[in-house]
Amino acid sequence: MPDLLELTPDGLYCRQGDFHVDPWRRVPRAIVTHAHADHARPGCARYLCAAPGKLVLRERVGGGMPIDTLRFGESLTINGVRVSLHSSGHVLGAAQVRLEHAGVTWVVTGDYKTQADPTCAPFEHVEADVLITESTFGLPLYRWQDPAEIAAAINAWWRENQAAGRTSVILAYALGKAQRLAAMVDPSIGPIVGHGAVMKMVRAYRDSGVRLPSIDGVPPRARKVGNGRALVIAPPSVAGSRWLRLFGDVSVAMASGWMTIRGIRRRRGFDRGFVVSDHADFPGLLEVIEASRARRVLVTHGATEALARLLRERGLDAGTLPTRFMGEAVPDRRSAAADANADEAEPEDDDGADNDDRGHDRDDDGADDAESAP
Amino acid sequence: MKRFSELYWRLDAITSTNEKLAALQDYFAAAPAADAACALHVLSGGRQPRAVSTALLRQWAAEEAGIPLWLLEECYAQAGDLAETLALVLPPAATGTEPEAAGLAELIRTTIDRLRSEPEERKREIVVNVWRRLGMQERIVWHKLLTGGCRVGVSQTLVARALAEVAGVDPAVMAHRLMGRDTHTADTYRQLLDPEPTEQDSRQPYPFFLAAPLAQEPPELGPVADWQAEWKWDGARAQLVCRGGAVAVWTRGEELVSAAFPEIVAAAAALPAGTVLDGELLAIRDGRLLGFTALSRRISSKRTTKKLIAEVPCGFVAYDLLEESGNDLRGLPLAERRSRLERLGPPAVNAATVSAESRPFADGHTLWLSPCLAAASWADLAAARATARSRGVEGLMLKRRSGAYGVGRTRGDWWKWKIEPLEIDAVLLYAQAGHGRRAGLHSDYTLGLWHEGRLVPIAKAYSGLSDAEIVEVDRIVRSTTREKHGPVRVVEPTLVFQLAFEGVALSTRHKSGVSVRFPRISRWRRDKQPADAAGLDELVRMIGSPAVTEPTP
Ligand SMILES: [Zn+2]
Ligand SMILES: [Zn+2]
Repeated sequence: MPDLLELTPDGLYCRQGDFHVDPWRRVPRAIVTHAHADHARPGCARYLCAAPGKLVLRERVGGGMPIDTLRFGESLTINGVRVSLHSSGHVLGAAQVRLEHAGVTWVVTGDYKTQADPTCAPFEHVEADVLITESTFGLPLYRWQDPAEIAAAINAWWRENQAAGRTSVILAYALGKAQRLAAMVDPSIGPIVGHGAVMKMVRAYRDSGVRLPSIDGVPPRARKVGNGRALVIAPPSVAGSRWLRLFGDVSVAMASGWMTIRGIRRRRGFDRGFVVSDHADFPGLLEVIEASRARRVLVTHGATEALARLLRERGLDAGTLPTRFMGEAVPDRRSAAADANADEAEPEDDDGADNDDRGHDRDDDGADDAESAP
Repeated sequence: MKRFSELYWRLDAITSTNEKLAALQDYFAAAPAADAACALHVLSGGRQPRAVSTALLRQWAAEEAGIPLWLLEECYAQAGDLAETLALVLPPAATGTEPEAAGLAELIRTTIDRLRSEPEERKREIVVNVWRRLGMQERIVWHKLLTGGCRVGVSQTLVARALAEVAGVDPAVMAHRLMGRDTHTADTYRQLLDPEPTEQDSRQPYPFFLAAPLAQEPPELGPVADWQAEWKWDGARAQLVCRGGAVAVWTRGEELVSAAFPEIVAAAAALPAGTVLDGELLAIRDGRLLGFTALSRRISSKRTTKKLIAEVPCGFVAYDLLEESGNDLRGLPLAERRSRLERLGPPAVNAATVSAESRPFADGHTLWLSPCLAAASWADLAAARATARSRGVEGLMLKRRSGAYGVGRTRGDWWKWKIEPLEIDAVLLYAQAGHGRRAGLHSDYTLGLWHEGRLVPIAKAYSGLSDAEIVEVDRIVRSTTREKHGPVRVVEPTLVFQLAFEGVALSTRHKSGVSVRFPRISRWRRDKQPADAAGLDELVRMIGSPAVTEPTP
């Protein structure tokens, strides 16, 4: 029995059905789990995605190419392969792809989280013979807090800044996290302002029927915005940029699962770090893998080797699946940055290269003259 | 514990000195004396002997978390901080548990102190119990206390200022009271806060006045005649305090090392009562300098044996007189202090003959007077400085003749004009992820030189590269990794760096047979290939004077 999916230079390919899942290059037919840049490439001849994510995907890949949709749970047969999409709870319209052929089931999770998110459908457990799972936060360091507690912490920080006359700037990915944050915080505290990249996706979310609080864009040629009262939601690329000067005195926070690690938080020089992630934490990954009842698991993105080894020790047939940039020439500068930070940057940091201007000094200074022959 | 943990994280989060000062004041004003005494010990960088091995902590944490030990090690490699790694992987404290109410002193007494004496099977129980009671932030601080690695980024001057404010005394008085006190109890802490002058105030050394590295061209300092120039000795800064018939030797690290230098204590007993000398501890044998490596054997030895004293005899070279007949002279101009010091009479070292070959330190003495270098122009001093390395000294000290003896690192009157570092081009062999702010980035490098057609490791150096370069090197390290050994990656030799260091010595402890002092990376030689890197023989040739060679035991 040949595998239902194989890794080709174009990405994951289903030979039996003649289509790709989250291809890395332009292909004739792409099933796309969600619209983040490392999953949805523009320029494919034809796309298939979950219905709630259509407008968001259109915003990402541009007009022209047809986008077919399936409702969550609905199925379609392509060249004899039964295809269905199931909510992954990652961002609006994010789906797991279930493939069934000759009695064998494969599930590609794409990115997912098991935490509740008011802006998208909850994660659905799907059983599979073979599971391809992400593992961005596949180490036991990562265990998310209750979203209500985090929302309370963000609200408190926002109020604190208001009291000091500072504008609160929270950095988050423009697609998904930005809208989730807007829906999480208490809009009665003050005005919410969105960066242009965020507003594009806010419109796509609203057009898709997601209810969000009122969010103001930044008018062109504005001189001064926020007045020390607003909460500004912007992509991470604005950190340290001139654009921030619009807001006067600011406190800059980053919302990311990586903010768990103090070293990363400090190195990036943010005033605050909030642990908000659209990926599963370590217990979430294990829960999903177990519930899938898969005997064979392929791990991709992040701490792949560690998670695969742990699964093997627990008796599963587990291995790793190389991620996008491995083993091929680095196509452009942005990818080079993503590659350099593959262990650090959330992969969907599609709003420009991860900023490397990290002001820091060492904790442990002093030199050591001992050699370290391993 | 909660209060101290809050102070720790508050200090961690802020950078402004004034805010740090406020945080310290808030803490000291509110904390009970017993807790404040423990906190002060930690804030002063006091010794915190490890209560339990980190190997055991890792093992127990992995068991509690239900994960294999190797996975915990993977986590450590990513987080870059063991205290934090343990806190993150452990199951969260059960909901509904009260936050740890015990004070810092109480927690240290009931856990950390007990751990040192309990048998191993009891240790586990104690540790696991505390884990279940503490929140995440408190766990991290407790782990750091437990493993002896609790460091807080505040200067001693700042701690003294905060306490002075709380006590309502002059900061200089507080700095003085704090000096040399290694441990604190509730009682000694209360004494510190005494608003009235105490007897203690007169028994301790003075805060050391520190020199700043000379950043400008010497002529910008004005006429050379305004400056006193001395050799910058490669020893350990110290004060000899002779009061009330007793002699104390204090190092700049505020450690009382009298017991390690009996010959110096004996010689200083002849000084008049009420004398405080500032100067340098040096290892001197047969009239010649032995160098810092030798001296450090004396400072760090637990027992000062006759044999060790015979192998590494030490002396004290005085360069300032801070107290005479019980009077504080620090407010007088240096020129005046110097002439009084000369009148006091330790024999002067012959400045012109300080070198490895001659014997500038005459036999039969232990106390010396650091010579002033005669100079008619800055060019004379530059010429003298150029000879520093061959003499076994680190360069020159420039002190303003009219200047008072200041406190701490006040800039302007004392400068160190050090010799340029030695440099060699070496190849990156191993890289290790950094800690703290460089967690996850490979920023600790082991470099090698050519020897008989192979690259042999010679030094481990922290990166002195720019942040952008570190990220770039990190990427190359990842893509050229040959093998992984835990956090260490063995890489294909492709990168050449310029290694700067202060000296080279023969060493039996190093595979290469040499050890370099204070190695750090000064530059990325993108223009060079590994084949262009230097040979080990080139480094060996830099072993200039025997003054920096380890004595053969
Ligand atoms: Zn994603
Ligand atoms: Zn992704």
